[in-house]
Amino acid sequence: MNEVVSFFSTTLRLATPTLLAALGIVFSERAGVVNIGTEGMMLVGALSGVIGSYVTGNVWLGTLIAIVVTVLFAAIFGFFTVVVKADQTVIGTGMNLLASGLTITVNRALFGASTSPPEIDKFVIAPIPGLSKIPVIGPIFFNHHILVYLAFLLVPIAHFVMFRTNVGLKVRSVGENPKACDTVGIRVGMTRFLSILYSGILAGIAGSFVSMGMLSFFTEGMIAGGGFIALAAVVFGNYTPRGVMFSSLVFGASNALMYRLQALATNVPSQFPLMIPYVITIVSLCIVSRRSNKPLGSGKPYIKE
Amino acid sequence: MTTILEMRNITKRFGPVVANDDVSFSVKKGEVHALLGENGAGKSTLMNILFGLYEQTSGEILYKGKTVNIRSPRDAIHLGIGMVHQHFMLIPAHSAIENVVLGYEGNSAVLDLKSAAKRFTEMAERYHMNIDPWELVGNLSVGQQQRLEILKALYRDVETLILDEPTAVLTPQEVDGLFEVIRQLVAEGKTVVFISHKLPEIRAICDRCTILRRGKVAAAGLPISDIKDLNELARLMVGREVELVTEKTPSEPGEVVLNVENLNYTNDKGIHVLKDVNFDVRAGEIVGICGVDGNGQSELIKCLTGLLHATSGKIELMGNDITACTPKQVLKQGIGHIPEDRHAMGMVGQMNLRENISMVDSRDEPYSSHGFMHWRWIDDHSRNLIDKFSVKTPSIMEKAINLSGGNQQKLVVGRELSRKANLLIAVHPSRGLDIGATKYIQSQIVEARDRGVAVLMVSTELDEILEIPDRVLVIYSGRILACLDQCDCTRSGLGLLMAGIEDGEEDRPA
Repeated sequence: MNEVVSFFSTTLRLATPTLLAALGIVFSERAGVVNIGTEGMMLVGALSGVIGSYVTGNVWLGTLIAIVVTVLFAAIFGFFTVVVKADQTVIGTGMNLLASGLTITVNRALFGASTSPPEIDKFVIAPIPGLSKIPVIGPIFFNHHILVYLAFLLVPIAHFVMFRTNVGLKVRSVGENPKACDTVGIRVGMTRFLSILYSGILAGIAGSFVSMGMLSFFTEGMIAGGGFIALAAVVFGNYTPRGVMFSSLVFGASNALMYRLQALATNVPSQFPLMIPYVITIVSLCIVSRRSNKPLGSGKPYIKE
Repeated sequence: MTTILEMRNITKRFGPVVANDDVSFSVKKGEVHALLGENGAGKSTLMNILFGLYEQTSGEILYKGKTVNIRSPRDAIHLGIGMVHQHFMLIPAHSAIENVVLGYEGNSAVLDLKSAAKRFTEMAERYHMNIDPWELVGNLSVGQQQRLEILKALYRDVETLILDEPTAVLTPQEVDGLFEVIRQLVAEGKTVVFISHKLPEIRAICDRCTILRRGKVAAAGLPISDIKDLNELARLMVGREVELVTEKTPSEPGEVVLNVENLNYTNDKGIHVLKDVNFDVRAGEIVGICGVDGNGQSELIKCLTGLLHATSGKIELMGNDITACTPKQVLKQGIGHIPEDRHAMGMVGQMNLRENISMVDSRDEPYSSHGFMHWRWIDDHSRNLIDKFSVKTPSIMEKAINLSGGNQQKLVVGRELSRKANLLIAVHPSRGLDIGATKYIQSQIVEARDRGVAVLMVSTELDEILEIPDRVLVIYSGRILACLDQCDCTRSGLGLLMAGIEDGEEDRPA
């Protein structure tokens, strides 16, 4: 029983960074921007959060600093893709390479390459009083970091914003047919730029959670494909916040399974469970693709004639 | 009547190209003003300037007597100017009402689509344009989409409505419905700018017209009643006399070249697109297929040319079964194909003219042998071809994309006609072309017929259908509803058949 409880609890925790980043990407994707640079943004968020927490001594101030820095980083991506109208894939890949080198350099310059990492303030488990005492349910759902709760609470909010509000309609429309939006007076570039910044905010938080919630310091390349998994989660989740939550949980569960199998030291090589989320993605995309919500204008810069 | 809109000395340059050259345009309140001209005369450019999509290089715009600076559609909408674009500005994945409220300035942060739908429906009923506000736009017919576009503008309380070639996509009955709406709008004191090049329509609905020719004003504020006939209009638009009737003798049909039997096609979404299609085309005759876009014409032609494979039925060309042939095999059998979309299927824009000309037969003598291209022969052939079909180009090394639409079409038509084909399939051969180019291409098709080529022509233009083919098939919802001799065709009869009404019953869709 304990095994099962621990498995589900781990699933939620491991799903959180994917879910956070994906809830940002789902908006930029809907606006027509394929944010390949999420990986780099998360990496920048992970390091700047650690630096912020180290300097201020407070994990929340650290996260705030991570958000600010990541948004600035996202603004570079936004500038090149929306203002300069360069190819999103090329710029995104460039941002990832830049983030990878930049975080290594800054990390070594500030903390040294070989010394043991200093203690920083990090996210702690915050059991919800009362609820966390319920057997089975409590430890699975109500015994987590605050960011885990926040990430899942954000799902219905994101759904509401995307499908019920004026801003949501604009974002969805800009990705489908930017020219039509232009003719009704919507500022296409601004809408896309802001949705990139928004995905930057969430990528920053997601990065902070990886470095200060799941681990307790920055290590080089620690996102290890997490940004790309979030991108895949958005496609797999068919571009809706609810779907994104589902796919993040699938990724979280397969990661949890991988750790379990490693711990059990069975004969199954750990690489196999690691493959599960990707295999599931490929198979389900083949099934889902015909009814895809992928925006028509996805990945194409909007150039006025 | 007071002048509501005045555009003074508008000049618009795109790099070295002058699209509008010192154009002045004035519209009175409450009139329907036609803006006429050939393709590329600068009509849409001028209207896009008015609507804020382009910015003029020089010149000024006065609206209700005040100089206005329209820098975006937002400014135009604020002034009360709305535009229905030729290519609809709708989002197929969203519902009708979402499309209507998109970008509307009166929206609250949390959308109240229910009350918006109520207002929309009231308005739609007032103009007899019933559209379900909750239907996805992708499921609406073209005519409904146009009505939605008009309602979208009216929802923003526009006083001046620009309609850019609104009738191009409609059946004759839908055109009548549109005119009813326009009359109602004018009766309410609204002003309509109507872009078109069809005289009967302009006669029916417009008060005055302004004619553009090669970016300049050829006639300004001319009352429609002053234009005597189509010839005079064509002369004003083109700037010279244009032969409007394509010379044609009665056909002398020979043996059957193409025979289609019980053809059925079901697409990958499971929709039964073609239903038991039967017809034949003989040597030396032109068979026209008329119908509103999207009734199976595309699929039929793709089945004939091997781009799609029929689900059941048989296609015979000169007695050979070609039902399962690939496009390459079909072309080898002697089919010339002028495809519906020259950019997507007829040519490669980034390649030059001689490459485009040699593309179809590049594997064969005399274009090449043993895998090597015979460029010298191709160059001679290409020069002859562009000369014969009067393709205007600086040289055969010019990229196809740099040619105007009419010249691109002449290039494709020329290439297909010069391949010794038994059957010529021409899909929308004159779509998007001006009067001069249209007449030229039509005469070439008739000439091919007179040489004994069997011609299958698809068109949505009634004028073309009434003039060029010897026999007319009407296609509706994947079925051939009627096969008529040309002399039995009337505009209204074809119009009803195109709307799927077989016995002249009037049950027009709302």
